[in-house]
Amino acid sequence: MTASRQVPVAAGTSITVRFRFFARYAELLGKNESSVTLKAPATVADAVRALRERVPGAQALPEHPLVALNREHVLYDRPVSDGDELALLPPLAGG
Amino acid sequence: MKHLTRSPIDPAALLAEVSDSARGGTALFLGTVRRSEQDGPVRAIEYTAYEEMAEAECQKILAEAEDRWPEARCTIIHRLGEVPAGEASIAVAAAAPHRAEAFTACRYVIEEAKKRLPIWKRELMDDGTRRWRENQEGTTERWASRSS
Repeated sequence: MTASRQVPVAAGTSITVRFRFFARYAELLGKNESSVTLKAPATVADAVRALRERVPGAQALPEHPLVALNREHVLYDRPVSDGDELALLPPLAGG
Repeated sequence: MKHLTRSPIDPAALLAEVSDSARGGTALFLGTVRRSEQDGPVRAIEYTAYEEMAEAECQKILAEAEDRWPEARCTIIHRLGEVPAGEASIAVAAAAPHRAEAFTACRYVIEEAKKRLPIWKRELMDDGTRRWRENQEGTTERWASRSS
């Protein structure tokens, strides 16, 4: 599984990121997924900010939840590309 | 999915997966759902996961362990769905030529799993209530030892 695909995208191009929600966050939002469209270039931080501004109920999420981009733990400065999957992870509790 | 299951965990199957006549030491860790005075009347824990990522992360952790201890073979399985108190929710087996590497590799895999697997648990209590439990700051130590 690769991280964010590092395809150069012209500034201003629209990119759509698919968010996935799990456990308590899915309960808070009343759904398991949502999409947000942004202008390139954009980072994980930009996408999470847009989600919180535009999706009803998303204000109830922590400002900086744990995130996974295309199934890999990442930090907020990672660039996002069109078609990326960004998962918001409640504090982990496996085991 | 190889490392996630909705059925009871069979430790013998894990041991068979890592065993080999050249590997003379085998360590097996089982984490079980606890019900105690401190934990309260926990009837069961319900586990959910970001399954595709949890599976990928298990494979990464095992690959890291085998990079660090090339003669060791490790495996891990995590149960999802409702796991009754007293039953195993996670198991790790590690076999190596000698016990030191077996114990160390087993410990590495379980500790990384606790830190990295996108899995969540909700306690189901005797009175029918449910509560999410998380490895949050301040409770990390307690939760890190919940199933050890």
